[in-house]
Amino acid sequence: MSERRVIVVGGGLAGLAATIRIAEAGIPVDLFSMCPVKRSHSVCAQGGINAANDIARQQGYSEYQHFDETLLGGDFLADQAPVLEMANFAPRVIDLLDRMGVPFNRTTEGFRDLRLFGGSLFKRTHFAGATTGQQLLYALDEQTRRWEVEGKVRKYEFWEFLRPVLDELDPDDAIGHVHSDKRCVGIVAQDMRTMQIRSFRADAVIMATGGCGLIFGKSTNSVICTGGAASRCYQAGAWYANGEMIQVHPTAIPGADKCRLMSESARGEGGRIWVPRKADDDRKPTDIPEEERLYFLEEKYPKYGNLVPRDIASREIFDICINQDLGVAGQNQVFLDLTHKDPEELDRKLGGILEIYEKFVGDDPRKVPMRIFPAVHYSMGGLWTQYTQGDYDPHQPHGAHNPGDTPPIATEPGHGLKLGASNNMMTNIPGLYAFGEVNFAYHGATRLGANALLSCIFDGLYNGLSVVNAVRDAEFSAADAPQSIFDHAVADEQTKTDALLEGAGSGEIPDELNPYIIGLELGEEMTAASTVVKTGDRMRQAMTKLDELSDRCSRMKLNDAAAWSNRTLSYARSLQDMVVLAKVILKGGLQREESRGSHYRLDFPDRDDENFFKTTVAEHVPSNPDPIRIFYCNVDARLVEPRARSYGEKKAKPEQPPAQTAGAGA
Amino acid sequence: MAASNAQQSGKRHIRLKILRQEAQDKLPRYETFDVQPEPGANVISCLQQIAARPVTASGEQSTPVAYDAGCLEEVCGACTMVINGRVRQSCSCLIDQIAPNDGDTITLEPMTKFPVIRDLWVDRSRLFHALKRTSSWVPIDSIYDRGPGPKELPDKQEPRYVLSTCMSCGCCLEACPQYNPRPDEKDWDEAFIGAHAISQVRLFNLHDTGKQLKSERLEALMGPGGVSDCGNAQNCVKVCPKEIPLTESIAAIGRAVTVHSIARWFTAR
Repeated sequence: MSERRVIVVGGGLAGLAATIRIAEAGIPVDLFSMCPVKRSHSVCAQGGINAANDIARQQGYSEYQHFDETLLGGDFLADQAPVLEMANFAPRVIDLLDRMGVPFNRTTEGFRDLRLFGGSLFKRTHFAGATTGQQLLYALDEQTRRWEVEGKVRKYEFWEFLRPVLDELDPDDAIGHVHSDKRCVGIVAQDMRTMQIRSFRADAVIMATGGCGLIFGKSTNSVICTGGAASRCYQAGAWYANGEMIQVHPTAIPGADKCRLMSESARGEGGRIWVPRKADDDRKPTDIPEEERLYFLEEKYPKYGNLVPRDIASREIFDICINQDLGVAGQNQVFLDLTHKDPEELDRKLGGILEIYEKFVGDDPRKVPMRIFPAVHYSMGGLWTQYTQGDYDPHQPHGAHNPGDTPPIATEPGHGLKLGASNNMMTNIPGLYAFGEVNFAYHGATRLGANALLSCIFDGLYNGLSVVNAVRDAEFSAADAPQSIFDHAVADEQTKTDALLEGAGSGEIPDELNPYIIGLELGEEMTAASTVVKTGDRMRQAMTKLDELSDRCSRMKLNDAAAWSNRTLSYARSLQDMVVLAKVILKGGLQREESRGSHYRLDFPDRDDENFFKTTVAEHVPSNPDPIRIFYCNVDARLVEPRARSYGEKKAKPEQPPAQTAGAGA
Repeated sequence: MAASNAQQSGKRHIRLKILRQEAQDKLPRYETFDVQPEPGANVISCLQQIAARPVTASGEQSTPVAYDAGCLEEVCGACTMVINGRVRQSCSCLIDQIAPNDGDTITLEPMTKFPVIRDLWVDRSRLFHALKRTSSWVPIDSIYDRGPGPKELPDKQEPRYVLSTCMSCGCCLEACPQYNPRPDEKDWDEAFIGAHAISQVRLFNLHDTGKQLKSERLEALMGPGGVSDCGNAQNCVKVCPKEIPLTESIAAIGRAVTVHSIARWFTAR
């Protein structure tokens, strides 16, 4: 039997955790990344990583409550079994990272310190200063390097994924639920320096390519987070789920090139959001007396205060600035205030983000309240994935779980998902998996803060075993796939590249055909039509605009013809794929005529469980006039009964009947 | 001939003088661009403007400048370059600070210690190779659940955290007079390893499990290209964007290497 290999695309937390898991099982990994993996976007994660812990347990908290909070945070759109498994597994993730040497903040006695994060009343967030993502990524980067030295991992850095290579599927070889007549046997990728395009065989391919923030222009994402890789899988036949669920983070610093994140941990450590009660109050913020400040989140949500889930905080900030015209200095910004905190403690716990604010804005947030505004941050939607459920089946879903309640299920692996099942987090295409942000599985309609790092590493470590098993047990080996399918795939990509380069670099380009200008227009349109507040009319208008942009994309002219290290080519190709994905996002949003979590429709302000308690799934059908086919899957809700998501909101208006208040999420 | 960017409006403009190189085997040359920085602009947003309309100050049609970038928050290390003669990240280089007046010029050059791929984009593979050379990791048994790691007091965690914020950007190497270009991979193991890797050795030797590999790491820093190649210029610590106490690390590891080599001399007899 020929040697089995696995390809991992993407070297952030999910990709590296998977790489380590699979290499340790003895299977060689080819790791592809558009950047040296240590520079992946996971470095930007600031606040922390959630897991039940001994302190919280002694106050009545549990893994099960973490699970329940995550479902409620996501407005019950997530399939429940994978979320249960993730919450149960979380403490093991923290312990392993601790063993890898992550410098988690410590208490006086030397235990791991904890902080409060959104959507919880318990301290369950572990952190390393305010650069937790960076610290976790570095730990996994180091372990990956160790396997590289051992010869089990081969890195392809500065290589761009262009498409999966698919072979006909013999039904006898199928694993999991079969939704495709193809299987994945490798990838086509391009060396971003030499521009060489070539194919690579693999018995399984794991996509761990993160989010798609660049579709919205300025977001909190890194410049590589185009969503291009996910779009290429979608166009090859992989399903894309809940695309409309895009998280807008309430607190970011607007900038000329991007919006920089100001972590939720600033509020977890006591940061307060406010505006002057009087519009256009031009006094210095520190001169405005307490009673003339409007702490609008604390007033409206006395229980959770500044730590309501992100979609709710973003909408409230939006409302204060846009509808009530109370933005600071008449602009779209509110104060995030830490000036009442001890500066030394701030440095110890939030140093990293305070430096970012100081460096990029020029003010010292220890002395002056920060000015922030919401920005696109995270995609809950992603490639659709399947799983085999574990052994927990309550027969009747449970109601809300309260602190101190005995969890109905224990925490060993296997209750939510079946440990090691070959199809866990596999897309509809056998052999093609999706881990981390590009996987739609865990966060429903809104992700809770500090759950992203968890879902990435959980996917890699826990579901990495599924890939190991699938590859080991398979009768079929990718080495047996015909060479011709690889050659065709490479030739197709070469043709596409040649077409993009045709006429490139010959003089000035009209804006209409300039990829950078098209990219700007795409970002502006998507931000205006499909973020904090959406309407059918605005999204339809945006769809027309996107039709125009795809037409312009097909005629694009590049201002660089170089056959060496041509980054304009890479951007232009991504842009074509971004427009495809943007349409999926819009169409899902248009058809979801309800409000749920991050998806807030002014024209359908309530959650509508009767019609939309379902997963949106998009399939690319190129032969259809509209190639986006949308269908719906039922949500796995065997474990917990969906309930209203109010976070103890104090209504200004008289009580509404529950059916109507349930949906808005606010 | 296209009009240059700045002439299209009355706003303040600045000039970017950029050292460009089409490929490793091509000759470098300067090209200048005029741009109008938007409020809060940084070097990256200026390069983005140029990418959209790459017309030089003299009105010549050119190409987008190739450069490496990632997070744009000074935490990934990708966009490091030499700006007005000083190595730093271009994302955190704000135009209002570095070029406050109308017509000010900013010079952008690639780092000189690494091979240029194109324009401002360099190949820093040697930097990552140094982390292999020094076994810069904690040798855990396996990924299986074995409970928490070693307990650690804040007075140890806090310095470890600072050392662990090294983003492998290469500023300390660019500024170091002992660290010189080595285009041939075969020379890497004999050439000076640089401050960043020495500091990582200190980081991992401080960790209770990490120090299992202490001897290997110190041996790697004993021979040619090791810690004794440091010329004590102390430039590294001045340019480190994360303010990592690199000279302290070099001193600490220098002492550890001495102690280790004496101990080895005794045990060898």
